[in-house]
Amino acid sequence: MSKAIIESGNVAAAMAVQLARAEVIAAYPITPQTPVTEKLSELITAGRMDAEYVAVESEHSAMAVCIGAASAGVRAFTATSSNGLLYMSEQLHWAAGARLPIVMCVVNRGIGAPWSVWNDHQDAISQRDAGWIQIFAKDHQEIVDMTLKAFRLAELVHIPVMVNYDGYYLSHTYMPFEPPDAERVDAFLPAYQYKHALSPEHPESLNTVTLPDARLDVQGVKRGGYMDLRHNLHEEMGMAIEVWEEIDRDFQTHFGRGGAPVTDPYRCDDAEVVIVAMGSMANQFRVVVDRLRQDDGIRAGVLALQMYRPFPGAMLARALQSAKHVMVYEKGLSYGSQGALYGDIKSALYPYPSRPQLHNFIVGLGGREIPTESLYQTTKTSCAPDRILPPAQSDVPQWIGLQL
Amino acid sequence: MAYDYEKSIRPGKLPHIWCPGCGHGIVMKGLIRAMDTCGLDRKNTAIVSGIGCASRLPGYLDACTLHTAHGRAAAFATGVKMAKPEMTVICCGGDGDGTAIGGNHFIHACRRNIDMTYVLMNNFIYGMTGGQFSPCTPTGAKASTTPYGNPDPIFDISKLAIGAGATFVARTTAAHPREIDKLIVQGIQHKGMSIIEVLDDCPTTYGRRNKFRSVVDMMKHLKANAVPIKAAAKMTAEQLQGKFLTGVLFHDTEKPEYCAQYAEVIKKAQGA
Repeated sequence: MSKAIIESGNVAAAMAVQLARAEVIAAYPITPQTPVTEKLSELITAGRMDAEYVAVESEHSAMAVCIGAASAGVRAFTATSSNGLLYMSEQLHWAAGARLPIVMCVVNRGIGAPWSVWNDHQDAISQRDAGWIQIFAKDHQEIVDMTLKAFRLAELVHIPVMVNYDGYYLSHTYMPFEPPDAERVDAFLPAYQYKHALSPEHPESLNTVTLPDARLDVQGVKRGGYMDLRHNLHEEMGMAIEVWEEIDRDFQTHFGRGGAPVTDPYRCDDAEVVIVAMGSMANQFRVVVDRLRQDDGIRAGVLALQMYRPFPGAMLARALQSAKHVMVYEKGLSYGSQGALYGDIKSALYPYPSRPQLHNFIVGLGGREIPTESLYQTTKTSCAPDRILPPAQSDVPQWIGLQL
Repeated sequence: MAYDYEKSIRPGKLPHIWCPGCGHGIVMKGLIRAMDTCGLDRKNTAIVSGIGCASRLPGYLDACTLHTAHGRAAAFATGVKMAKPEMTVICCGGDGDGTAIGGNHFIHACRRNIDMTYVLMNNFIYGMTGGQFSPCTPTGAKASTTPYGNPDPIFDISKLAIGAGATFVARTTAAHPREIDKLIVQGIQHKGMSIIEVLDDCPTTYGRRNKFRSVVDMMKHLKANAVPIKAAAKMTAEQLQGKFLTGVLFHDTEKPEYCAQYAEVIKKAQGA
């Protein structure tokens, strides 16, 4: 019998954090994240969750509290959105450089100026080089499962993890999902043990000024300089893809769900047109794919990218190089260049001899509606055999849904 | 004849976003009357805000208005005033914006004594995000993040401003509309940092959680507990328990104003 309940995406996230037994929650209200931390504060004050809730005076302080807690060997969590994430930016880089396994939900929202409270991915994209692992959920079940898996991943690789999900589309809508059984979660996610936890018994000096060159420590052991430590972060970020897959396999044995932790393909096996998207939009595309196949005889598929950083370039190149067209739809971009994801995919395909025709679409910024019909039309039009654009034009992002 | 507020409102901007019963509209009317009394030229008046319900106020007004990042009104306003010292600069915002995420900018603007008027609407809560407790939520009061009562002590904004170095500090409430514009006028006319703290009501996220059954109850509470500073001088500490002092709490005309001081530095550096 299914134990599914119907709740909002924000409550799904809060339930996962409760099940993960996070011990310190520090947060500052910002729309559309606020209900996550409100729910957690309620669970804590009602005695249903053994954690400290620190209501701080800004997002910068929220991440600072998490950094302090994680440094003391305590499982820490926060959540934010939009400008809140940007205000944390200094601390985000710090948490990654300090290799602290903090988990944070980012309820994606456009960033100001001008102010927007609606959804897009620019907040997460703007922080993609902070050294955090970034994963994107497509529905409520994934919010729960990914958040639980994120704690285990962060603690295994000592890199903080951002669990992204779309503001309003997922945060405020109600969907059925199955909250995992608490005992099984305890078996899946053991208590956090931090090797360098601050303790008066084993004093350590953390993250002090590190010289450009490697040098001997007080015991005479050669220790890396700044660049060596940063190289470690980069290498271990790359290794996190495999660890994430292993965690997913273990999650499947405990809970029976999973199987597509890095990319989630839908009807991609024989596809000559592959759409790549992140978050809830990837699910929206399933309808488009079905219609293109049924009405137009176009063998289309959609590949949801679940893990954006570390970027699974080799895996994507394998999945995409046999397609004729790859269409990257995204809700964020690198201004003055292209869609960030598009650029990454293009770069991943470059070393391979067979390169599909690439297309880049910018959609839904600041909550601009993304009608399924327009996704269908643009995809269909762009892969028409008579519509071959010269490289200088085809490499430019097309903005879908502009009204001026 | 009814007061003509509409001439000061940007065309097409109404209706405003505030909930029925919210006091921010009373404060906005007070600010409009004060600006009229002072004869401010709208092209030469900058009204700056951060984030929150109160920070939406400048957007309705027909003047030079800036809607900035959360907590940063005083910092942006400092930039405006330094670049154009001849402009009248007014900040609007709430308690969460001004004293939590923006607390640092608030105290340093007070310390500098830069010539601006900060109308801080203290409704004891974060209204816009759904009623989380702020540094001004009374101890014991309920908020969405303190469902069993707030354990934190509060900031007394006016005392904070005086301590940080503001030279005109006044307090009133949304239940005293006539006093609002009088105090803002004095604040604008004062050369230096003026803080006008208006105790305000938020029926939607504060009142309903804290046994105020109606907007009228909240207004009555503000009215009943406001004690003019002169009357307070004749009252005992016991009688003043739970009350808030209103009127001009502090006025210093001696401390130099920041832009004037800075102009002196420029003169000196240029060898004048």
